[in-house]
This record gives sequence, structure tokens and C-alpha cells, in this order.
Amino acid sequence: MSKTLNLTLKVWRQARAASPGALEIYDVRDISEDMSFLEMLDILNDRLSGEGKEPIAFEHDCREGICGSCGMMINGQAHGPQRGTATCQLHMRKFADGDTIVVEPWRAAAFPVVKDLVVNRSSLDRIVEAGGYITVSAGAAPEANLTPVPKDASDAAFDAAACIGCGACVAACPNSAGQLFTAAKLMHLNLLPQGQPERWQRAENMVDTMEEYFGSCTNHGECEEACPKSISIDYIALMNKDYIKAKRKNRKLSGQR
Amino acid sequence: MSDVQLDPRVPAGPIQEKWDQHKFDMKLVAPHNRRRFKVIVVGTGLAGGAAAATLGELGYDVHAFTFHDSPRRAHSIAAQGGINAAKNYKGDGDSIYRLFYDTVKGGDFRAREANVYRLAQVSVDIIDQCVAQGVPFAREYGGLLDNRSFGGSQVSRTFYARGQTGQQLLLGAYQALAQQIGKGAVTTHPRTEMLDVVVKDGRAVGIVTRNLHTGAIESHSAHAVVLATGGYGNVFYLSTNAKACNVTAAWRAHKKGALFANPCFTQIHPTCIPASDDFQSKLTLMSESLRNDGRVWIPEKMDDTRAPADIPEAERDYLLERRYPAFGNLVPRDIASRAIKLEVDAGRGVGPLKNGVYLDFGASVDRLGGDVIRARYDNLFEMYERITDENPYGQPMRIYPAVHYTMGGLWVDYELQTNVPGLFCAGEANFSDHGANRLGASALMQGLSDGYFVLPYTVPNYLAPLLGEAVVPTDDRAFVEAERSVRQQTERFLSIGGTKTVDHFHRELGRIMWDNCGMARSEASLEKAISEIPALEEEFWKDLRVLGSAEDLNQGLEKAGRVADFFELGLLMCKDALHREESCGGHFRLEHQTEEGEARRNDDDFAYAAAWGWTGKGQEPALHKEPLEFEHVHLAQRSYK
Ligand SMILES: Cc1cc2nc3c(=O)[nH]c(=O)nc-3n(C[C@H](O)[C@H](O)[C@H](O)COP(=O)(O)OP(=O)(O)OC[C@H]3O[C@@H](n4cnc5c(N)ncnc54)[C@H](O)[C@@H]3O)c2cc1C
Ligand code: FES
Repeated sequence: MSKTLNLTLKVWRQARAASPGALEIYDVRDISEDMSFLEMLDILNDRLSGEGKEPIAFEHDCREGICGSCGMMINGQAHGPQRGTATCQLHMRKFADGDTIVVEPWRAAAFPVVKDLVVNRSSLDRIVEAGGYITVSAGAAPEANLTPVPKDASDAAFDAAACIGCGACVAACPNSAGQLFTAAKLMHLNLLPQGQPERWQRAENMVDTMEEYFGSCTNHGECEEACPKSISIDYIALMNKDYIKAKRKNRKLSGQR
Repeated sequence: MSDVQLDPRVPAGPIQEKWDQHKFDMKLVAPHNRRRFKVIVVGTGLAGGAAAATLGELGYDVHAFTFHDSPRRAHSIAAQGGINAAKNYKGDGDSIYRLFYDTVKGGDFRAREANVYRLAQVSVDIIDQCVAQGVPFAREYGGLLDNRSFGGSQVSRTFYARGQTGQQLLLGAYQALAQQIGKGAVTTHPRTEMLDVVVKDGRAVGIVTRNLHTGAIESHSAHAVVLATGGYGNVFYLSTNAKACNVTAAWRAHKKGALFANPCFTQIHPTCIPASDDFQSKLTLMSESLRNDGRVWIPEKMDDTRAPADIPEAERDYLLERRYPAFGNLVPRDIASRAIKLEVDAGRGVGPLKNGVYLDFGASVDRLGGDVIRARYDNLFEMYERITDENPYGQPMRIYPAVHYTMGGLWVDYELQTNVPGLFCAGEANFSDHGANRLGASALMQGLSDGYFVLPYTVPNYLAPLLGEAVVPTDDRAFVEAERSVRQQTERFLSIGGTKTVDHFHRELGRIMWDNCGMARSEASLEKAISEIPALEEEFWKDLRVLGSAEDLNQGLEKAGRVADFFELGLLMCKDALHREESCGGHFRLEHQTEEGEARRNDDDFAYAAAWGWTGKGQEPALHKEPLEFEHVHLAQRSYK
């Protein structure tokens, strides 16, 4: 039999966007260390329902660390103490018997709280809508192997494309900056041959839209630490280069129009 | 329901030419008229995301709905292994015809040939499309696309993006959709759950939804409605599906007249992490691709307590290689799952609960080196270790079958239209292309085929004659009544005031389904479930406790609606399984097996798709049969020996 833990949880409860919230204290007992963090919350929720109290709202779906739905600040760390791990993949064996765990929603102006631990992250969608794509209508694509892509480029693009859009980078950043999210999508596309025709327009549009919603980056690097996919902040440097170049190029190009 | 028309509308002509000819024959809508048609797409997974993006790109006024907070998230994102396409890049004898053949055979001869052929044809276009969108498929050092093999085939035709193929394909579709949203061509409605289809004069004319943040119940009218709302594996509670997957959209459409076909065809995936305890909230898949390099075995000796590494080769039973020498570890899923279940049932399982078998990479690491294995599967190995605290580089994985995919769904014709005109269904939500068993890497293919390459032709064929007709106004009686019944249900949930949570009932229902309508079914087990489900359902409506209000985010309320539908679906699944007196694919009836324990089909009596009509609560459902003819792939008992 696996070991069990007794814990004190302090969980942010907030009925709706406009209402004030506060930390509530719950004791949870006999938690198996093989449980995931969310299963531990399931158990607490079951108990709360039994007591006639509304369960804690939190987002989750795949519980496999890939959909990006889940996410909470656990003892002040986005997704908790285990590196490269989303909340749903965090297991209770990372905690010790008797621990007090503070659980809060993502904190960022761009992510208003909806309820309890649920926030609205649709500002991330706006960045993608501004240019995070390659234009190709269905059926118009050339034969796939016509353009070989060097394995290195393809791997580097993939490392960026691994982003799950959870928003931990924003939540972890003291400035609530959206740089790592934006850079990951931008550089996934800008590093591929297929992404070249729209490269400069994409860089300018995505970065400008990002700045409408998010704070500015001052190179703390907290985002990389918090990222459940360990996406490197090197992509931010690449994005900045592309953006500066894009500003110049796009000005020239607009002069030709 | 005697007036139900069950015409698959398969075009005439040789199978190779049907789709091209039909594309030519279908009616068109001129570019300047497209904006005058409003199309609702419910679901933005692979099928719905691709359909909404493409219809938007063509110029239709598209409204896309999802209960997720963003179209970037859907169950599709979790697909790991890959997507099939008949590109024959490996020169190992693949062709459109072979993919077609393998899929019909793999489906145990319960799919419609013409649809499957089209799927195989379109598969090559999908890869072109996705690569052009920037999907970072795996590549070889020369820069060309790499392939691997998957269960049920002897060629390498599976394209993959590390262990995250579904994620990368869905992001491709999402980005295409985001572009249309940015341009204003598509309007999205995230966090909006469809709770009813509105039918007027026999046609689908819109939907009723609930805004999950505000609780607002709203009506939306359109010229056509597409449902791409995914599968219903979560009727079993424990499955590999994402937690939010459910049958509600398809089920409510069913109750409005759409036939539900082959509900009992469910797929049990052989390689999942065994359950570790009762609190388990879901099961985690370990991709089928692992069977390329992993060997399934159990100790020869009963109750062997030695560590796996201490058990010598001679004392290991490589059960799939022993039973199926030709395909070995790469037999189709239904076959592998059953073989594993037989051994575990016989008490030969491994692990603390003796509920698994080993999946061992030792031989491949020795042959190829750890780096190659790491490059292929690292993220899966990491996930396994995170969950089990065991390192699969050092010791074999333990795996056991789990519910994974549902082949059944809304009945659709060749154009993916249900029997309700104007209501289309795509992706896992429909019953089409996989027959009684889906081959690995074929769901992603089907979802994208439906979304990018089929619906964008067939929806316009339905719309063209409606040019100039206005949508039905949302104050029409049909909408008002649908809204009222949705509101009533919500109020009812909140007013029961019982003692048990939705999860409690869901878990109980899942247990009934798994024990009686799971990997093996019998007349007795199915009869048992058919008597137990309504009893549990009655208790649900009496003793359910849903807290909170209808006016804001209320996850308990959302789940209650979904579980209510699972009860009705579960009952239909058991009835379908009971009526099908044969074993085929994912449907294994203990009464119908060969001496060696293999499935025995009954083609004389059951070579048809069973499409069930809703006749009212508590009434026997009405069975409609679509006979299946096999002109190209000759009916034969499957053999993978
Ligand atoms: C763990 C796992 C791994 C897999 N791996 C593979 C693989 O390697 N290869 C392969 O081919 N297949 C794989 N599959 C199967 C495949 O992923 C799915 O069958 C496929 O992605 C389903 O896509 P879909 O678009 O039909 O539905 P989904 O992706 O489930 O999308 C459903 C959409 O409908 C929306 N929706 C549902 N109901 C409503 C409603 N009432 N109102 C509003 N919106 C609604 C949801 O929000 C979502 O957007 C895997 C499945 C699992 C579980
Ligand atoms: S629930 Fe999907 S990433 Fe955590």
C-alpha cells in the first residue's frame, strides 16, 4: 500500500468575477501519494458536496498534461513544485505529510477570474488570431515532400510548437508578460520554410497584439521555469530579433504598396 | 418512426471514381452568395475545427461552438500516436487501395465500403494540407517525412509528431480557424454548450445553447447544423478520453429524430496504465506506437514474484508473438486487448494488483540504442514515470486495456448527413468509417477528412437549393419550446436536493457498463445491465445533489446533464449489444467465439449497420438496418496469425 498524507489546503474561493474572493482553509486527510493533485481536489470536492458546500471550480480536461486546461498557483508556483509538469500530472508524492498548500488562480490582468480557480484566458486566442497561422486553403497545398525541412529546423520548430497554451508563463511573470507564449507560436512558424512568406507580417501583428493585452518582458526567466513543456526563453530572443527586423522590412514593403 | 428514410445515398459507378464523380455532380453555391448562408458547427476538435475553418474560408457565415474555453482545446489534442495516409513514402507496397482494404478488414467488415474508399483517397491530401500549415511532423535526416507502422497493417504509413500528433494537428486546424475568426469570417462561441437541436418541418434549423459562464440559455438559427462533438467512451466513467467528453450533443439530436448507429461498437485499447486504486479519475493511454518497439509478455510461471529483469528469456511468455506470429505485437487493438484480458483473467497478470502485463523495451534498446528509443517515445516514457513513479528505461511498463474510442455514433449517409435533413455529423461523433473496430491512427485521418475535404463539398450541396430562404427566427415555436425544455431540465437538477454527487452516479453507471457491456458481453450480462441501468437512473433523478445556481459557472450542473444522457445511451448500447448475436471487432459476445477464443462473425444475419430510432422514454427503440455489401474486400474471418 502506498503512503498517505494529511494536509492543510488554503484555497482561493471567489463566487464570480465581480465578487471579492478569499482563501478558505480545508483539512484533507488520508490522501494517497499516488493520487494526482487534481484527484486530491476531486476528493475534497466530494466531501464539500456532502457537506452541502459548493465544490471548488477548477479547469481540467485531458489530465495528461497536453490540453492546457488545468493550471493553478500552488504555493506561489505556477503548476506547483515539479519542473516541466502541468498541474494534472503533479502527484501527491511531491508533498510531505503535514504540509500546508496554498492554491490560487492564475494572477494576471489579462486573465480575469471567472470563479474560484478558473480564469478567462481568451486574450491568448487574440494573439493567434492576429497572425499565428500559415495561410493555405484546404486543397491548395503542394505535395508534402516537395519541400524538405532539415531535421534540425523541424526539431527546433517542434520544441516551440509544444506549447499547450495554459498561461503559466504569464502567471509566473512578475510583469504578466505574454512573451513566451507568443514567441513559441511565432517561432514555430517562422522557423519553418512554409512560414517564410508571412514571416514579417506575422511577427509584427502578433507582437503588437500581445502588447495590447499583456505586460512587458524584463527578462526574469520565470516563464521558462514555470512552463510545463520547458519551452526555452531563447525563443523570446529570436522573436525580438524578428520583430525588429519586421518593423524595418514592413515599413519598406509598405512604401512599395 | 416508420417514416425514417435510411438511404446511404452512395453514388453509382466504380468505387475509385465515386467521389470525384460525386463532387462534380453536387450542386455549388457561387462565391457571392455564400455569405447569405449561415452554418452552425458544434465542436472544434479536429473534425469541427477543420470544417469551420474551411467553410469560413469558402465564404459561408460560420458560427462555431465549443464548451471548451478556446477552440485550441478539444479531446483531439491528446492523440499521441499518429495519422495514417496512403503516401507510400516508404515504398513498402502501400496504396490507396491497401489502406482501404486494411480499414475495411480491420473494421471486421462492418463499415460502408464507399466511405472507407473515399477516406483512403483523401488521406494523402490531409498530409499535404497539414504540412503546408506548418504541422511539424517527424522527419528523417534528409528532411523528408518519416513514417512508422501501427497495429493492423504491415506497411509503414503512419505520420507522427513525436508523441503529440493530435496536438499538432489540432493546433493546425485551430490556427486555420483563428485566421478566419480574425478576419471576421467565423464567429466563435467558446464556453457555450449545445443542449438541443431545433427541428422544424423535419429539417434542422438551429440549436439551443447554455453559456457556461453566465448560464444564459440562447437560441441560434442557421441553414444547416454540423455536429462534430466527439465520442462517448466516458459512458464507462473510466476511459482514456478527456474528462469532458460526452454524448449530449449527439444524444439530444437522437431524441429529435436522428438515428444512432452501432452504439455497442466500443474500442478497448490494449496499452493503458492499469488502474492503481479506487480514486482513479481517468485512465492514461500509452500510445499504440509503443508496440513497434515494445514486446508484450508475462511470466510463464504463475505468481512469479521475481523482478522482471530476473526472469530469464526462457521463462517469459510473449503472448502476442506466440498467438499471432505474422503480426506479433502489431495485431489490431481488439485482438491484443482480448488476448491480454484472457491472461489477466486467468490470474497471470503482473503488478501489485496483478492487473497488467509487461510491455518491454529491453530488446529494442539493445538493438537500436537508448537514444533512438528516447527520440521516439521520450514524452510517453516521462508521462509513464510521472504517473507510476517507475522508470520504463530501467524496467518494463505495465499495461492493461481500457475504453478508448467509440465506433458507433449518429448514422450518416455518404454525404455525412444524418437522416434529419440539414443536420450533419462528423468525426468520432458519427458512426461511419471504422465498422466494428478502428485501426490505430485512423481517427485523426477521419476527423480531418470529414472536416477539410468532405463537408466543404456536401454542406453546400444541401444549401444550394435554399438560396434566398431566410433562417427560421428564434422566436419561432420550435425554438421557444426547445429553450423551455432545456430550462426545465436545468431547474429540475437544481431542485432534486438529494444526497449523492453526479460523480457517484457516473462511477456506478460506468461500473455496470464495464462489467456487463465491456470487453466481453453475454446475454446474461447484458440482461443484467438492462435491468440495473434504469434502477440507477431512477435513483439519480431522486437522490442527486447539484449545488450552486444556474446563473453562473456550475460544473456540477454541466456534468449532471451529461450523465443523464449517458444513462439513456448506456441502455441503448446494451440493447444493441444484446441484439447483435455475433462477435465482431470491439463487440465480443461470449456465446459467439471459436474454439481458440477468437471472435466469430455472423455475416448471414448481421452484415448491417444497426441504426436505432428514439421512440420515447421507456419505449423500445426502433431498429433500422442498413445492409452492408462487400464488393471489393471479400468477407472473410480475420486472421493475423
Ligand atoms: C488518449 C488518446 C489518444 C489517441 N490517439 C490517437 C492517435 O494516435 N491516432 C488517431 O488517429 N486517433 C487517436 N485517438 C482518437 C482521436 O483522438 C479522436 O477520435 C478524435 O480526435 C476525435 O476528434 P473529434 O473532432 O471527432 O472530437 P473531439 O476532439 O472530441 O472534439 C469534440 C468537440 O466538440 C465540442 N463539444 C462536444 N459536445 C459539445 C456540446 N454539447 N456543445 C458544444 N460543444 C461540444 C468539444 O468542446 C470539442 O471542441 C486517440 C484518442 C485518445 C483518447
Ligand atoms: S488537464 Fe489537460 S493539461 Fe492538465
